Amino acid sequence: MSLLQSTQLRTEPTASAARRALVRAWPELQNPVAWLVALILVIMPLIANGFFLIEIFATTLILGIIALSLMFLAGYGGMVSLMQLTIAGFAGYMVAVFGMSGNANISLGWPWWLATPMALALATIFGTLGGALAVRTEGIYTIMITLAIGAAFYYFTNQNWAIFNGHTGINTVATPYFWGIDWRADIAFYYVTLGVAAICYFAVQYVSRAPFGLALQGVRDNSRRMAALGFNTNAHRVAAYAFASFIAALGGVLQVWNYRQISPGSVSVGACIDILIIAVVGGITRPIGPFIGAFIFVILRTFALDLLVKFGLDGNRFRLLIGLGFLAIVFWSSDGVIGLWERWRWRRRKPSAPTRPGGGRHG
Amino acid sequence: MLKGSVGLIALGSLLLSGTAFAQEKIKVGVTATLEGTYTVLGEDGIRGFQTALNTLGKKVGDKELEFVIASTDATPDSAVRAVRKLIEQDKVQILLSPLSGDEGIAVKNFAKTHPELTFINAASGAQETTYVDPAPNFFRYNMDGAQWQVGLGKYAYETKGYRKIATVGEDYSFIYTQVFGLVLEFCGAGGQVTNRQWVPLGTKDFASVIAALPDDVDAIYLGLGGADAVNFLNQYQQAGGKAHLMGGSIMIDQTILSSKGSAKNALIGTIAASGQADTWEDPAWQKFVKAYQDSFPPNKRFPSPSLLATNYYGSTMALILGLRQVNGDLSNNQAKLKEALAKIELDAPNGKIKLDSNRQAIGTNFVTEVVDDGKGALFSKVVKVIPNVNQTLGYDPAVFAKIGLPSRTVPECKKY
Repeated sequence: MSLLQSTQLRTEPTASAARRALVRAWPELQNPVAWLVALILVIMPLIANGFFLIEIFATTLILGIIALSLMFLAGYGGMVSLMQLTIAGFAGYMVAVFGMSGNANISLGWPWWLATPMALALATIFGTLGGALAVRTEGIYTIMITLAIGAAFYYFTNQNWAIFNGHTGINTVATPYFWGIDWRADIAFYYVTLGVAAICYFAVQYVSRAPFGLALQGVRDNSRRMAALGFNTNAHRVAAYAFASFIAALGGVLQVWNYRQISPGSVSVGACIDILIIAVVGGITRPIGPFIGAFIFVILRTFALDLLVKFGLDGNRFRLLIGLGFLAIVFWSSDGVIGLWERWRWRRRKPSAPTRPGGGRHG
Repeated sequence: MLKGSVGLIALGSLLLSGTAFAQEKIKVGVTATLEGTYTVLGEDGIRGFQTALNTLGKKVGDKELEFVIASTDATPDSAVRAVRKLIEQDKVQILLSPLSGDEGIAVKNFAKTHPELTFINAASGAQETTYVDPAPNFFRYNMDGAQWQVGLGKYAYETKGYRKIATVGEDYSFIYTQVFGLVLEFCGAGGQVTNRQWVPLGTKDFASVIAALPDDVDAIYLGLGGADAVNFLNQYQQAGGKAHLMGGSIMIDQTILSSKGSAKNALIGTIAASGQADTWEDPAWQKFVKAYQDSFPPNKRFPSPSLLATNYYGSTMALILGLRQVNGDLSNNQAKLKEALAKIELDAPNGKIKLDSNRQAIGTNFVTEVVDDGKGALFSKVVKVIPNVNQTLGYDPAVFAKIGLPSRTVPECKKY
């Protein structure tokens, strides 16, 4: 386990017991790069303008949050769920349905502080129910059943006009406005997103080291032995789905606030796969992986077209460039960018040691 | 570690650059469906846009127009994402967007959050876009789907003698609007629409749809477009379908009539209606067709411009003429430009176009029939030209409002 490994490497024998405990719980507190990244993210509105702030960084954080929920399930639970985006989309739709939007015949017009918790709760229930179905399966079958849920939801939204307003979707969704601040204004929204992303990140980090998370990893590694030890393995898995669903739902709410609009295209099967790509490219062994993957994904998606045109190539082939980028990353590192980074660090630390680190297992 | 930090700082400073620079040019953002089911339509739209630039030039007074093109896939979210990118990253001041119906509704709503900019609809044709809660800075120089069907219902009933028809259409706003126009007129004349089937945009397998087509109807109306239409025709032909067909505006269009393979031959003799007819003899139309053909080598274009090319041409023309009227003056939140755009009367290739109070086009419509030119190429031959078609289709606005908004079941098949 890369996690335990890094904690062991970093504890110094001279540190006090309290400090050691703190460091064991939050090893990133010791890491200067983590502090630097955090600082840059906090002062980002000073360096980046509206487009980079929202379209690149806020979007990265939102997609990162959704992919983080997949990383939690896949990395710690060994369950690759393709319905995380569907849960996020469900939450987004619920915000639009319960809250205020341009489609007055559908939206119930609740204020945001009622509509948002409702959306989060419903999406968590939705994800937990999906999870309860999915835990009866393993490996490829989990992927299939969650993909089926995602596809079914996509086609349902496409065809249902009473609640989801079909292919048109729901437009002009209202965003929170209180304390005299428009929380969808660029800078305010960026901080909301950053705050939620940070909370989700540390929550996943914390849960992964809490007894529940450790038991979950035990279930992942050997569920029979855990069952023999008296753990209810299915209950652990369903609880993991519930936790991940809540995180995905948070991402979904931010997503709908970001675009002020939601339609079946936002929950398409392609978009579900995008989340998997993000998690795999970033690496599903650590919670930071999905955010790195989302950053790469957003950069490629936004600039591939311009880049091709700049080199005098046919801009219509930009999806090819995106695909090649992902192939390259996955080819050189099965653990995504995180794997590359760890391998590089490992090599620098112990030139004589074998080059492959332990690396986390995943489903 | 140090290297990494330096890299990050370098990245940060990189983001700083490229924010402010003097604007001698007028930047215009264009979106088209260059991905997904409607790729072919988007590509031809861009050809129409380029034809307009070739014909009219890019100069407005002493300023030069600069264009940035972004791609969408006919879903509303892709359109909003593309438009936001154009505004926020590329800093465009005017938008020529979007192509498809639901995109239009989403972009119109988005336009309200940027009241200072000007949005010119490129080709989308859902009724709701300009009919319900229109945005003051959103201008549409093409007719909507219902206007594009004017004349078809009567022609089918009176000349062709069809009494009962069924419809198959893609399940979204533009096709609802088309079927709305058809049903209103056909049922108004006394015809019956027995069955309306809706398929999701991007459907590949039409087996169940074809199996469910009723036998006891005189004709089947097809409201499909792009890859969906070609897939349907292929499978319909393989299933041995022989019914009379009627077509919507993007079904009987060069995007389908020039597709490869023999499936399109099922369309010979099909009647349709649209904002254009390939063989119209009007000199302005012929001149446009010539300009389109001269702008691209034969293997990189259709034999004749599609409806999308014509719409993009018309929108681009409105934009450039409007800008020239105000000499490129975009001051005071583009107020002068917006005023000029609302008043402009276009001599578009497909007839005269002027805007109503909702900034929606009033234009000319064409009833057509598909013919083979003898060399294997299919064209739509004009059978009837109907000038001055407005958004309420000639109905009194109060009566029209009672019909309701186009949807799967609206309008009912009766005389209003």
